[in-house]
Amino acid sequence: MLDLSNFSSIGEALREALETYAPEVCLIESDRNEEKVLLTYLDFKARALPLAKWLQASGFRAGDRAAIIMTNQSKWLISAYAIFHGGGTLVPLDYKLKPEEQWQLLKHSDSSVLITEYPIWRQLSVSPGRGAATNIKTVLVTEAPVDADLSGALPWEAAHGKGKLEFVPRTRQDLACIVYSSGTGGSPKGCMMTHENYLEQCVALTSLYPFWPGVRYLSILPTNHAIDFMVGFFGPFTCGATVVHLRTLRPEYVREAFVKYQITYVSLVPLVLKNLQKGLHARFDELPPSKRRALDVLRNLNKALTKSQPLLPLSRLLLKDVHTSFGGKLRAIIVGGAFTEPQTLQFFYDLGIPVANGYGLTEAGTAVTVNDLKPFRSDTVGKPLPGMEVQVRNADAEGIGQVCVRSKTVMAGYLNDPEMTAQTIVDGWLQTGDMGRFDRTGHLQLFGRRKNMIVTEEGKNVYAEDVESAFEGLPVKEFCVFATNYIWPSRSMVGEKLLLVVNLGPGQTFTDELKREIIARNNRLTNYKRVHGIVVHTEDFPLTASLKIVRPRLAEQLGKLDRNAVIVAV
Amino acid sequence: MRTLQQTTQEILQLAAKQFKVAEGSLNPEDDFYKKLGIDSLQALELLSRIENHFHVELPDYEVQGVSDFKTLAERIQSRL
Repeated sequence: MLDLSNFSSIGEALREALETYAPEVCLIESDRNEEKVLLTYLDFKARALPLAKWLQASGFRAGDRAAIIMTNQSKWLISAYAIFHGGGTLVPLDYKLKPEEQWQLLKHSDSSVLITEYPIWRQLSVSPGRGAATNIKTVLVTEAPVDADLSGALPWEAAHGKGKLEFVPRTRQDLACIVYSSGTGGSPKGCMMTHENYLEQCVALTSLYPFWPGVRYLSILPTNHAIDFMVGFFGPFTCGATVVHLRTLRPEYVREAFVKYQITYVSLVPLVLKNLQKGLHARFDELPPSKRRALDVLRNLNKALTKSQPLLPLSRLLLKDVHTSFGGKLRAIIVGGAFTEPQTLQFFYDLGIPVANGYGLTEAGTAVTVNDLKPFRSDTVGKPLPGMEVQVRNADAEGIGQVCVRSKTVMAGYLNDPEMTAQTIVDGWLQTGDMGRFDRTGHLQLFGRRKNMIVTEEGKNVYAEDVESAFEGLPVKEFCVFATNYIWPSRSMVGEKLLLVVNLGPGQTFTDELKREIIARNNRLTNYKRVHGIVVHTEDFPLTASLKIVRPRLAEQLGKLDRNAVIVAV
Repeated sequence: MRTLQQTTQEILQLAAKQFKVAEGSLNPEDDFYKKLGIDSLQALELLSRIENHFHVELPDYEVQGVSDFKTLAERIQSRL
């Protein structure tokens, strides 16, 4: 691995990696059964530098912002490197957002360049939101058909600059990325991440889960996600490892990829991990009774022998069939983006497949704690990573309080929002809004949130306020969206739901027509943003002098109600 | 060549079979996430089954944001 203390920026470290590991394979891209791309670090450089030259020639300068909206593929990483080479700030956006949401973030981030894929551009270019993002000067579109009307965009493949190319240095404190942790509603949360944030996080993570040439990382989480950006791009590249991209995420092709590419690491959200668990359960259930008994014996033996630490060669021998179905080289599954239930983690560990569960948030530079597997603890999210100071503050009688973090990986703040930044980072400590407790061995355990938000099993952060615009104009006196756990704290990180609270006007009743209207509006939201219930509140909402809803007080009022009695399911 | 209506009906039958619900209980306008109680991965599994049935390939991006049978049927129909 490169010694990252020698570098002051992501671009500088990647530039060195492309030289150091030139002959190693850095990227493989597969589409169903066809391998479409295989690049060495030398090939990667040969593809990225002409784009960097083109950007520079078109006026892209240090500190300029360039957004990427793409699925996981080689051109995502090539474009990102070209941006960093020119000293730019990368704005990685979620390709699953709706076009109007993407335009909103493009505007908010003040990006001047957009790099995207043709199918995404087809939708973006006709979206009414386009008119608002006048800051976008250049759009590059990959994989466009030759005769396609690109609506003012240019083909990515033709963005080949010639002549001299200057590497633009950046300092550790300069902005590397603006990462939207959520918030496409009223207040986008653009986390301003510095080069230092990434350099320090990379050192910390690879100290526990190292990469080296020959290691193959399967990139499934979207690369705009902080986890994949780190362990599916920057981490493996600075160690000379290989990243495998799949153009389709159909479960059957994901399963095949483990075997075909003999994957070493993969990052998954809990939903996918549970799907793998379900698949394995189904396979085990189909075994003849004698084989099933043998499997159970071997699993119990493996469990006993790996109690204090993983013993991969032994586990691969004992449970050969299981490990072969994952390619036989899997060292760990990194799980993140949302809370994972302990029984799922334990299921895999008992089969000899360690799951690197942890806890993190974009604002903290991805991971704060990670299970070091010495021993594996499915009931915790692990210990703080090197360089992380983690405190539990204002703890109650059971030792549970707010988790606060101080580290060189904590973001510089929220873009264009000094007020929210000041509320979130207090005296250098990031107030996570998550509730936790350290056990006697220094492992962190989580017990719910005090934020009005949910995190889905797919790793999507949804802030209640961001959903409210879908209900604007609803024929009621007032309404508000809450996370159920914000009203009725549950001390759980799973099963979180959103609720719509309505206060009807004088003489108004809750009719079927109103319910239908709410359902129709709700269905227009992306599925993971939908509310799951309605509460008809009979009192006026508490308001500030400027007529804003005082959400904590309203939540307190609602919290006194019996949730089972007041929620109308939708 | 199938009509859009035929394609839609066949998709409803495939979904009903895969998720073990009564055939007549699904309608073209239904939100399949909600009606079938499935997650995004199960939706991708259904899509694989539909692709095999119609002998077409539908890239993942084509179903981004699609949550009702009718729109899904239109996307399949455009590839037939």
